[in-house]
Amino acid sequence: MASTKIAPEKTREDLLIEEQGFDDHFHDHHHGDKYQSNFIMKYVFSMDHKIIAKQFLITGMFWALIGAAMSIIFRLQLGFPEENFSWLKPLLGGWIIVDEAGIGSLDPQFYYALVTMHGTIIVFFVLTAGLSGTFSNLLIPLQVGARDMASPLLNMLSYWFFFMSGCVMFASLFLSTGPFSGGWTAYPPLSALPQASSGSAAGMTLWTVSLVLFVVSVLLGGINYITTVLNLRTKGMTMWRLPLTIWAFFVTAIIGLLSFPVLASAFFLMMCDRGLGTSFYLSEIFVGGQALDHVGGSPILYQHLFWFLGHPEVYIIILPAMGLVSEVLSVHSRKPIFGYKAMVYSILAIAFLSFIVWAHHMFMSGVNPFISNFFVLFTLIIAVPSAVKVFNWITTVYRGNLRFNSASLFALGFVSMFISGGLTGIFLGNSAIDIQLHDTYFVVAHFHIVMGIAAFFGMFAGIYHWYPKMYARFMNETLGKIHFWGTLIGAYAIFWPMHYLGLAGVPRRYYRFDTFDAFAHFGAMNKFITVAAIIVFALQVLFVVNFFYSIWKGKKVTTRNPWGASTLEWTTPIHAGHGNWPGKIPSVQRWAYDYGKDGKEFVSQVEPLAEGELTDGEGGHH
Amino acid sequence: MVAISENTKGGRSKMHSKKFALIVACASITMMFAAFTSAYIVRRAAGNWLEFRLPTVFFVNTVVILLSSITLQTSYHFFKNGKEFMYKGLLVFSFLLGLLFLVLQYQGWLDMTAIGVELTGNPSGSFVYVISAVHAAHILGGLAAITVALVQAFSLKYRVTPKRKLRFELTLIYWHFVDFLWLYLLTFFVIQS
Repeated sequence: MASTKIAPEKTREDLLIEEQGFDDHFHDHHHGDKYQSNFIMKYVFSMDHKIIAKQFLITGMFWALIGAAMSIIFRLQLGFPEENFSWLKPLLGGWIIVDEAGIGSLDPQFYYALVTMHGTIIVFFVLTAGLSGTFSNLLIPLQVGARDMASPLLNMLSYWFFFMSGCVMFASLFLSTGPFSGGWTAYPPLSALPQASSGSAAGMTLWTVSLVLFVVSVLLGGINYITTVLNLRTKGMTMWRLPLTIWAFFVTAIIGLLSFPVLASAFFLMMCDRGLGTSFYLSEIFVGGQALDHVGGSPILYQHLFWFLGHPEVYIIILPAMGLVSEVLSVHSRKPIFGYKAMVYSILAIAFLSFIVWAHHMFMSGVNPFISNFFVLFTLIIAVPSAVKVFNWITTVYRGNLRFNSASLFALGFVSMFISGGLTGIFLGNSAIDIQLHDTYFVVAHFHIVMGIAAFFGMFAGIYHWYPKMYARFMNETLGKIHFWGTLIGAYAIFWPMHYLGLAGVPRRYYRFDTFDAFAHFGAMNKFITVAAIIVFALQVLFVVNFFYSIWKGKKVTTRNPWGASTLEWTTPIHAGHGNWPGKIPSVQRWAYDYGKDGKEFVSQVEPLAEGELTDGEGGHH
Repeated sequence: MVAISENTKGGRSKMHSKKFALIVACASITMMFAAFTSAYIVRRAAGNWLEFRLPTVFFVNTVVILLSSITLQTSYHFFKNGKEFMYKGLLVFSFLLGLLFLVLQYQGWLDMTAIGVELTGNPSGSFVYVISAVHAAHILGGLAAITVALVQAFSLKYRVTPKRKLRFELTLIYWHFVDFLWLYLLTFFVIQS
């Protein structure tokens, strides 16, 4: 054969896999063609988890740009309410109202639509599908030692349901009545009455359809993740040998599977109210002086159902980021993760608590204050496992041999954001303080830092770290560092001042503040926030450019295990084909965090234990 | 896809991954109904709640659906033991019972309307309509699975293979699940009223 390819040299890991690996006869069947032969099957309706991961990631990036661009538009309105926005007319068309003097201003109705869409898109499409969809798909089979997901077909469907969901939401942006504008939480009556506002009409219908498709996508994905982790772990991969990434994705999937169906139920009752005339959420209501037929419903009922998903959703977003950060920090500080079991138990504790704190979003909805005490208590208890995790990250890094690269910097940035945002959560968790802070910019600052920016940082850490595995190239380090420092400083510049706004009682979701005596003097601060937001947005564009540029032009990966990591994904070939390992699947001999052990920088999970050696993580520690 | 699951099922686990995945999916569906019934409790506690008697046909229907579970299980038993005629006969019978269940549920809704409990009236009635309708949609899914089983039973030559056994077991698990789901819902409605 006139092949120019040089047979890659066999590494020690290869030999170990050959010697002790598990032969599942995967490559005996010549079904590889089915997956890899033509463009459509390989890149579009792919059933390979690595390709599906990239599909989730790139779709997530598309939505992140749209969601962030929306925030820039409404930040322009808040920072410069007197400015002439006619220059936005080519993009926004009729949503820019031009008066006789030729001054263009943003349609207030559309401002609400922007705020609503920004929240929906970032929470669901970017930080749920884009984060968990990407990394669960990429890492679960690779790190547990499986050929693929338990059901590659469901996995493919999971992506395409997400894609359809996105198409419906995208279409809603172009409706003449505008996309849904009642807030991402879609509280009734704004969501349940089509005549409540222009965005509540067709915009809300498409919003609901889109999110129902999204729930299907999450459930199909989640079923697969859970089954793969429990059923397809390779020989020797006990639960206590799983990397923390897998623990995080696994628990995330369980939370999603238990909470998203509740959202589906809430939406179903809402659709009945909208379409069939039932009164689940609608009480006696007058619209335009006209009494409606609806009687006896309870809007609070929706809030209960929504937040039963909504609060666990916060952890669906943050747990995968925590998992990625744990792995990245351990690898790049060349030290075992500190308190592996404590990390696992705190993930489980957070997951459990996430289901019994939902009413802390409803302290001001007329919930009985005695019942509130209950929710205050459990909410504050979440600080304990969260603090355990923060302590362990810091201790992992402490006296480590830290490599300062884009991946580890973003992981450290995550810890910083999680601490800053977490502390304000202790304020908001108190129902008494919440009376003052509810629905103010203090809340906006809190959740953007703790689950918005922090989750993005975790995601960036993951992308920079696993990029070599995804594309066999590195992303540009200089651009990565500019991206990191700019985003870190910029994000604090955006959200830190918002705490002050919130303490002063500035309410969220308002179209402009310059017309209120109480808030008009915050004009300069709002300008400052807007400018910072524009800079941070530009830096994210830089990241996207770096990402796509590096796919084709990045520095090539020359060794399989560029970071010197001990987990299984780095024992696959640089360009891992379908089935991940060319021969047998590896069998696992030890836990995932043997760094700096017995004079060796790292020990791969396929390396057998030396005589008398104990492995950590599963009780073998001394 | 098939190749992979066949290759890996031997691995370390005892249960087939598809069976496990189905059970996880059932847990997820359970949460959906848990949400409906807890919403019912919360709304009922808020007052302004119309009490009414559930239509008798709902109770008759419970017998129908339980019977269909038994016949389907028996059909599976005969399938494994080479009794082709009984296997196919009971499969058809189970399908018809499932269909009958849907027809009788519809009758139940008509009965409720007849006594003045309408879909758009007091939420107490709306809840029963909506919850039983969503349940009926899940029965429809089960009937689709049985239809596939029927088509294969009558178009393929009778043979007991691991693959067909698995397929039958998956249908069976789901059918038992929607059956018990109805039992739960009915018990819930009875206890609440």
